[in-house]
Amino acid sequence: MTTLATPPETLEPLAPRNKPRARTGPGAIVKYALALLFLIIVLMPMYVLIVTSFKSGADIGVTSQWNLPDKWTFASWEKAWTALQPSFIRTFELAIPVAVISSLIGAANGFVLSRWRFPGADVVFTLILFGMFIPYQAVMIPLREVITTIGIPPGITTLVFVHCVYGIPICTLIFRNYYATTVPEELIEAARVDGAGLLRTFGRIILPISIPGFVVTVIWQFTSAWNDYLFAIFLSNTQNGPITIALNALAGAQSPDYAASMAGALITSIPTLLVYVLLGRWFIGGLMAGSVKS
Amino acid sequence: MRRLRQWGPGLLLLSPSLILLAVFVYGLIAWTTKVSVSDEHNALGSKGFVGLENYTKLFTEDINDRFTHSLKNLAVFTVVFLVGAMFFGLLWAFILERGVKAEGFFRTVYLFPMAVSFVASGVVWRWLMNPNKGENAGGLNAVLGGLGLDFAQSTWWTNPNWGMASMAIPAIWQLAGYVMALFLAGFRGIPAELREAAAMDGASTYRLYRNVILPQLTPVALSALIILGHMSMKMFDLIMSVSGPQWLTEVPAIYVWQTLLTSDYAKAAAISIILLLLVAVVIVPYLIYTNRQEKNA
Repeated sequence: MTTLATPPETLEPLAPRNKPRARTGPGAIVKYALALLFLIIVLMPMYVLIVTSFKSGADIGVTSQWNLPDKWTFASWEKAWTALQPSFIRTFELAIPVAVISSLIGAANGFVLSRWRFPGADVVFTLILFGMFIPYQAVMIPLREVITTIGIPPGITTLVFVHCVYGIPICTLIFRNYYATTVPEELIEAARVDGAGLLRTFGRIILPISIPGFVVTVIWQFTSAWNDYLFAIFLSNTQNGPITIALNALAGAQSPDYAASMAGALITSIPTLLVYVLLGRWFIGGLMAGSVKS
Repeated sequence: MRRLRQWGPGLLLLSPSLILLAVFVYGLIAWTTKVSVSDEHNALGSKGFVGLENYTKLFTEDINDRFTHSLKNLAVFTVVFLVGAMFFGLLWAFILERGVKAEGFFRTVYLFPMAVSFVASGVVWRWLMNPNKGENAGGLNAVLGGLGLDFAQSTWWTNPNWGMASMAIPAIWQLAGYVMALFLAGFRGIPAELREAAAMDGASTYRLYRNVILPQLTPVALSALIILGHMSMKMFDLIMSVSGPQWLTEVPAIYVWQTLLTSDYAKAAAISIILLLLVAVVIVPYLIYTNRQEKNA
């Protein structure tokens, strides 16, 4: 059950298995009432973010938090965008390479650990997995020194490297579980009999059927690199760091401009929200397919 | 020799990752441990080995018991966060499992907070948890006031005793959907025959869930607890963004950061290693357990 997320065997979004039943009756009413109530609760912070971001001046106040703006204005969005724009672009330069590189490494490792195994593969896998759970504070103090010593340029390059390294465990896990459930041993045996080596088997047979795995690791790594604050605050600054640092600078001041902060929080969240909305169905499907297996 | 030729290339393909993790996980942990038993209390570097002094001082000589205070905060936060996220996650999964029209829509909305960074959601939660009450209430207190629940208005995280419980609210908001997805997968993974068999035996809905379905979900609940638990131990971004670093809401992860700002590397390292041990106490048995389970499968 070491499953955080394992992709589904095909790129099918997960379909509800149960047809809605009990359309009428008290049970159904309670069910829908609760579902809607929680929907509203979950969306409440989003509502405040959105309405506040369009407010200005005296409109912005604690007691009027829930009110719609008296006058809708884009001024705060402009202010937030000016403050965040450079780091917004830098964060793409961070999250895209991280998503691609981590996924490729994960696919290769996952393949070896599930279908091209060597003696002790399970122990090695467990040792790899442990890296996923460590509090990064436990490596942070010497990390800066090591990075400087090997000469990785500061800022985004350093963060790409760090996210790729510490992303190895989760990506390896996702692909290992994926291959273990979708690639039959016989397929690999057959390729071996035909004299195909490791790289040829991986490149010709495995990679083409790995897309569901890539969807999950790409979403996971893109989101965690985009949303990361801990590595960013330790290894970069507002001049060369990602958007979370810039947002915190915008929103964390002593008397923050709430409208601009909220607009900034929305700008910061748009890319990851888009990823979830566009690819989310497969991500949930992946989560579900994975956690069923034990 | 032939066997080596068979598995050799695999090991070779894996080796860059193994080397990186050996250095950047295990190597750096060893390095941090070494710093934690040194007297590197400023930027001038270390003069020598002090044994476990940095650790014992955290528990005995820390000003105002700052470290034990941060541990207590972490404990309160973790309990509320785990209970809350598990409760709502299970409840939402249960509602959707009973069959709801537009399930995909509900699922997406419940899950979407997970896509938002703690730094971004902290911006709004800081404001929603405004401590003003009564006439001046805003955010959550205004909602409570509007519902006639004035007595439930709270000073939220600024409360010196139970403030950390409020700090768990945004974390629950963010991760209950993830727990829901895990449980929903668990529900869907239960073979239909099992339900049918129970129905044939004339089991009531309550008994079906209590005796057939919930026991099947134990592994899912365990992995959800592990995932949430280790996130909770590491909680940093959310608190930094909601309250900023301050005494009231300090947890060990933030204490490390604050200590590093004063260049007291030895002390920061000692706190980090304690944090690592806290996580390891839970994670290592879990990893060993799952490894065994897989072997038996």
